[in-house]
Amino acid sequence: MNAYVVTVATLVAIQSIVACGLNVVVGYAGQISLGHAAFFGIGAYASALLTTKAGLTFWTALPLVIAITGLVGLLLGIPSLRVRDDFLAITTIGINFIVEAVFLYVPFFGGALGIGGIPRVTFFHVKMKGLPYLYLCLAFLALVLLVCRWFTRSWAGLACFALREDETAAASMGISPVRFKLLAFVLGTAMAGLGGALYAHFMRFISAGDFSFPVSVMLLSMVVLGGMGTLWGPTLGAVILVSLPELFRPLLEIRFLIYTLLLLLMIRFQPGGLLGEASLVRRVFSRLMPGKEAPR
Amino acid sequence: MLLEVNRLEISYGDVRAVHGADFAVAEGELVSIIGANGAGKTSILNGIMGLVPVRNGTVRFRGREITAMPAHRRAHEGIRLVPERARVFPRLSVYENLLTGAYGLRKKIPLEERLRWLYGLFPILEERRDQPAQTLSGGEQQQLAIARALISDPKLLLVDEVSMGLMPKLVDQVFDLLQSLNRDHGLTILLVEQNARASLEISHRAYVLETGSVVMEGPADDLLDDPKIQRAYLGLVEEEVERRQ
Repeated sequence: MNAYVVTVATLVAIQSIVACGLNVVVGYAGQISLGHAAFFGIGAYASALLTTKAGLTFWTALPLVIAITGLVGLLLGIPSLRVRDDFLAITTIGINFIVEAVFLYVPFFGGALGIGGIPRVTFFHVKMKGLPYLYLCLAFLALVLLVCRWFTRSWAGLACFALREDETAAASMGISPVRFKLLAFVLGTAMAGLGGALYAHFMRFISAGDFSFPVSVMLLSMVVLGGMGTLWGPTLGAVILVSLPELFRPLLEIRFLIYTLLLLLMIRFQPGGLLGEASLVRRVFSRLMPGKEAPR
Repeated sequence: MLLEVNRLEISYGDVRAVHGADFAVAEGELVSIIGANGAGKTSILNGIMGLVPVRNGTVRFRGREITAMPAHRRAHEGIRLVPERARVFPRLSVYENLLTGAYGLRKKIPLEERLRWLYGLFPILEERRDQPAQTLSGGEQQQLAIARALISDPKLLLVDEVSMGLMPKLVDQVFDLLQSLNRDHGLTILLVEQNARASLEISHRAYVLETGSVVMEGPADDLLDDPKIQRAYLGLVEEEVERRQ
């Protein structure tokens, strides 16, 4: 594999991790979020600061990074207890702008210059770059997918699904809306934190613009495109949305036009996402391999 | 008394849905609240379940005041609601819907045994076990909603307009089932119904609700024989009312 392909693949793996986290919030618990990039950024900045300023290694910083992001996710998840749907979407957009502004204007976070000189991840004294780093990201992605799979089969996952379907009915079944919305926010933002840390040590230079509102839109597009609430959907969405702009690179300006058109077509014809219920992919799969369940 | 409701007031903005309703349900009773559309029947059940804020008055369950308790805690206390129009979780399978009813109780109830009992009561649910609940017919969804509430072995079952949208044959079946749950299994039920005759026929006692207040109460048999009730809620014409006196 040449370096370019490895770079794109690494970004796909990182974005998949972050999109999986968003899927926990949006797909499993039904809480719309258009500010997920904020948590991606919090993870990246936390890891960057802990390794450059506090002198920790990636591995010792990682548990802290995940804890910090999850904790901030818990605090910023509180609005979701009071507002719903469009209002929650707007609130989460606001969170994204505030977090980005903090990174941009507070000198501690490097201001407009961002943070540079972020060390590479070392693994048994070997500096990881290129292919080994891709494998590391894929290993973390596998871990995230396992956690998602476990979550969807747990009682907590069932409680989140019930909340997504009908909050009132769920509450009268003894499911606490507060507890499970916040649980989904913590789990989802912690995954974003992990993705952020991997991103920081891959790029080795980060600035506030990397985690701006359009990134949140892109992440939500990945989840919607792949199929909200499915296991593999966010990863598939990340593969498509990260690699398509690369494939269309020769088309220069109009590549985003094509990209937008694809999204619109998806919304019109496959609202459940590529791996959603009764989607084209699932129907083709069941025709090709009768009796076998398509991946979800 | 298992459930005591005093001077209950519920409003939505300036609209008063319930004002000053008093009623009680004893353990082992099947009590119904009958009334026309908009009389405040659903609001009363939602107030007992904790799904709408109570403006004034108190709700006591097993001697404890629960007026300010959130809905999910009331569910843990043993109150369960079969909501109007079932409100099953549409994209979850029938089995998952049933499990949500047992949430937080897996150590307290023999889950497998409860499931077997429910599948015995509602064979269609076992047949459709892995289907999304939204693919069920209205009657099947209503059965699922009842089963989902029953799996927790509730102390008080609130049933909201269970006859709505069901075909007459199914209405009879559902009412027979509620009666047998009450008589044979000792389940306490508070039933809210527009179908006054069907609910009075299986109830021990009943309250008549008009524009948010209780206007009449008594043993269900007495209400069935009351000319006013016959005219207003049982749809009898004048000659029939006289003939029955």
